[in-house]
Amino acid sequence: MKYETVIGIEVHAELNTQSKIFCGCPNAFGAVPNTHICPICSGQPGALPKLNEAVVECAVRLGLALSCKIAKKCNFDRKNYFYPDLPKAYQISQLYFPICTDGFLEIQTTNTPKRIGIREIHIEEDAGKLKLASLGRATQADLNRAGVPLLEIVTQPDFESGEEVIAFIERLREIMLYLDICDCKMQEGSLRADINLSLKQKDGELGTRTETKNLNSLKAVLRAVQYETARQAEILAKGGMVTQQTRRWDDEKAVSHPMRSKENAQDYRYFPEPDLPPLYISDGQIKKLSKSLPEFAHHKRRRFTQELGISPSAAEIICKSKNIAELFEAVAEGSGNSVEAANLITGDILRLIGEKGLDPEKICLDAAKLTSLIDMVTSGKINRGVYKEAVEAVFLHDADPTAYITQKGLFAVCDDALIRAAVTEAISKNPQAAADYTAGKEKAFACLMGQAMKHLSGKADPAAVRKMLVEVLKENV
Amino acid sequence: MQKNEVTSLSALSLAGLIKAKKIGVREAAEAFLSAAKNGRPRHNTFISVCEDGEVFQQADAVQKKLNAGEELSPLAGVPIALKDNICTVGLPATCASKMLKNFTPVYDATAVQRLKAAGLVVIGKLNMDEFAMGGSSETGVFGAVKNPWNTACVAGGSSGGSAAAVAAAEIPVALGSDTGGSIRQPCSFCGVSGIKPTYGAVSRYGLIAYASSLDQIGPIARDIDDCAALLHLISGADGRDATCTLEKPLAFNREIPQNLSGLKIGIPKNYFSDGIESDVQSAVLNAAKQFKAAKANVDEFIMPLTEYTVPAYYVIAAAEASSNLSRYDGIKYGFKSENAKTLREVYQMSRSEGFGEEVKRRIMLGSFVLSSGYYDAFYKKAMQTRALIKAEFAKLFDSYDIILAPVAPTTAYKIGQNIHDPIKMYMGDIYTVSVNLAGLPAVSLPCGFDKRAMPIGLQLIGKAFSEQKLITAAKYFQKITDWHTKKPGGEK
Repeated sequence: MKYETVIGIEVHAELNTQSKIFCGCPNAFGAVPNTHICPICSGQPGALPKLNEAVVECAVRLGLALSCKIAKKCNFDRKNYFYPDLPKAYQISQLYFPICTDGFLEIQTTNTPKRIGIREIHIEEDAGKLKLASLGRATQADLNRAGVPLLEIVTQPDFESGEEVIAFIERLREIMLYLDICDCKMQEGSLRADINLSLKQKDGELGTRTETKNLNSLKAVLRAVQYETARQAEILAKGGMVTQQTRRWDDEKAVSHPMRSKENAQDYRYFPEPDLPPLYISDGQIKKLSKSLPEFAHHKRRRFTQELGISPSAAEIICKSKNIAELFEAVAEGSGNSVEAANLITGDILRLIGEKGLDPEKICLDAAKLTSLIDMVTSGKINRGVYKEAVEAVFLHDADPTAYITQKGLFAVCDDALIRAAVTEAISKNPQAAADYTAGKEKAFACLMGQAMKHLSGKADPAAVRKMLVEVLKENV
Repeated sequence: MQKNEVTSLSALSLAGLIKAKKIGVREAAEAFLSAAKNGRPRHNTFISVCEDGEVFQQADAVQKKLNAGEELSPLAGVPIALKDNICTVGLPATCASKMLKNFTPVYDATAVQRLKAAGLVVIGKLNMDEFAMGGSSETGVFGAVKNPWNTACVAGGSSGGSAAAVAAAEIPVALGSDTGGSIRQPCSFCGVSGIKPTYGAVSRYGLIAYASSLDQIGPIARDIDDCAALLHLISGADGRDATCTLEKPLAFNREIPQNLSGLKIGIPKNYFSDGIESDVQSAVLNAAKQFKAAKANVDEFIMPLTEYTVPAYYVIAAAEASSNLSRYDGIKYGFKSENAKTLREVYQMSRSEGFGEEVKRRIMLGSFVLSSGYYDAFYKKAMQTRALIKAEFAKLFDSYDIILAPVAPTTAYKIGQNIHDPIKMYMGDIYTVSVNLAGLPAVSLPCGFDKRAMPIGLQLIGKAFSEQKLITAAKYFQKITDWHTKKPGGEK
């Protein structure tokens, strides 16, 4: 029997605000355990939460980017459960009145774009982390992450495949990076996705769904969707029933295991958070925030291909990062040569970023320096080899291109007399090659070219050398 | 000046003498330190009394500032004690619970910060019902507070230690907290004055939460003037409490009007029917007559929804408490059962052994009313009732400035008499809880004694942030009566 896969996802994004959501502790990853804590985020008796306004701004901006309705008034609720990483034994979240609802995001996995509905975005706080101690059997709690602000983005069950889910997460990631609200590192857990999946027969009723958690990479998401689809299909094929449950993905073994089922599901005893008054968002605030939205990747891609004439594949790569897209635009504008600028970015720059393991959002390059290098190479003042070397020097050491090239004596030899001398010398020292060429052996030309370039220490424009070589060979006939 | 002369002074008089250099700050502190230490075994009022040296250090620092001519506040130099659910650096905050018996906060509550800055000297922490849950100060792990008017009787609760310590002149002023009557009722039982401020007038930062939407810190003293002076110091917005909405501190002035002409007072006549003791009824109605004699307009009305207030209160308070008290899990601080081996046991055993009966009763009740399938029938309904009560009060305040009512249907009863009858205990809150549900201010004033010579309290309720009006009326009442000047027999 053939089934349709029905998937909805919940994405948790840790916001990159300076401080935590309800206190002034720094919001930073990787600090010494329990050094970024205070009475509020460690759940001390008598401490009270105070909402960080920056979190509200992040939520509204993401809501606007995803075409959501922004609530004029929303509330916080308590989700109660016991766990050692949850110091208050409740998480402040938004159940009844989330800040953003009813949005969508377009993805493209086939020729036709597809809209994925966003049910809601709500604000909540993260919990701490538990670590197994190296000695003994004790488990230790690190509360540095407790109170880190999170946005939970809940989609409609609009996905039909793992590829669609991945496309969605990639687009969402791109939007959050452009908004600069989340660093979106799945491995570090700053972006986490849970998958709700069920199967239904064509035109049939929706089947029982399961939720899969602990997906730390896009690859894991894809594999988990495939695994769960197959698992449920097998159960149904045997005439069985899928149990409603939460499952935990084990990426090493590429399987998932049940964590808890509906029968022993937790009752979170949600109720309105009495320590925080309702949150009001004015039209003026929404207007102001909507003006602060950046031009997003899909707009940039369209503009770059249509107006700047670069290839769709180059635009795709360049616009993955806002920082890189902005660098490209500055270099394209400065040099007036967008194709050359695109080649530079997608070639050497992204290669270097990859080699050095840098974050494309964080790198800071001087567009004017790259522009001047493009000018030099296109006007033949330097050749491609020197160009590449100088680009690296700018990238690694922020070198001044003119000074660097001058110092190393790498400017191209433009003097026709010098080129002619080099070519002539190459011919006279390799008479056999010259004879072969004249006899119609094209291959011999490369040898003469190589020799001539060698005499010029590689600094001449090869096109100019080639032209001169042809000319001199003709004269010699 | 003799120590007992010092302790017989009101807080404002004491501050006046300190300012005039007739009494030293250290001298005042010393007098109350020994009163507190002597009173402790008699009334079980103090859970902790500060070390002498520590108190003297605070006192000397204040004295130094005063000597340098600094204007600290109208209560500078006055000793104070705090209910043991209010956090202070370095002093245990036990909430009278085994759960927090060894818990010492790392920060000062906002109210405490403000009092310290105003030059008050903290000398100790006061007994209460466990986690402020109770109306008799009997449920705490340190045992029952004894009423200074009759040590066989309860002091009321949950701020029983605060009210009894003030009544017994062990401290001139104290802070209590009021969630459903916890300042007003012990004041009534102990014959002292107290204010339950409007919700949002005083920061709750550092008040260990019982029911967050109802809790307020408030002053307890021998007269309303002292209460007003203290309220002035602790009220007003605080960046650490988002629910503290009063922008500026409540003003403090010492004027008393010539009469109360133009003041419209309403009396809920259905409060004087079932269950109220006749002595309480006549004392309160007598007070109403005195207001009338002072040219106030006194009128009767029927208080609607009265039968729903206690159930609505206990559903909401218990719901919030069940969540607020979840953090006591044996993991981070507080009591941890030695018998626990697994995580589940740490939770179950620590909480079973660490909490007392009444607290567990309310946690279970609260967890139940919030659980899925019951939320709508209980919690949601109670919240709707609360909204109705609030609306009814709003309507009433179109007609009245002040509602005059009893604080409690009875005077202080015998220790142990009602402790095993929770419903009876809960019904004792009938006149007080609606004020918390509606977030209103109310004062509690002594207005007479019953035939057993136990004090009776009067309650004046106003609309939100009308403390000034309540205080003025209360001052007038204390000008024309002397109930607040009576001291417990046998106490010097």
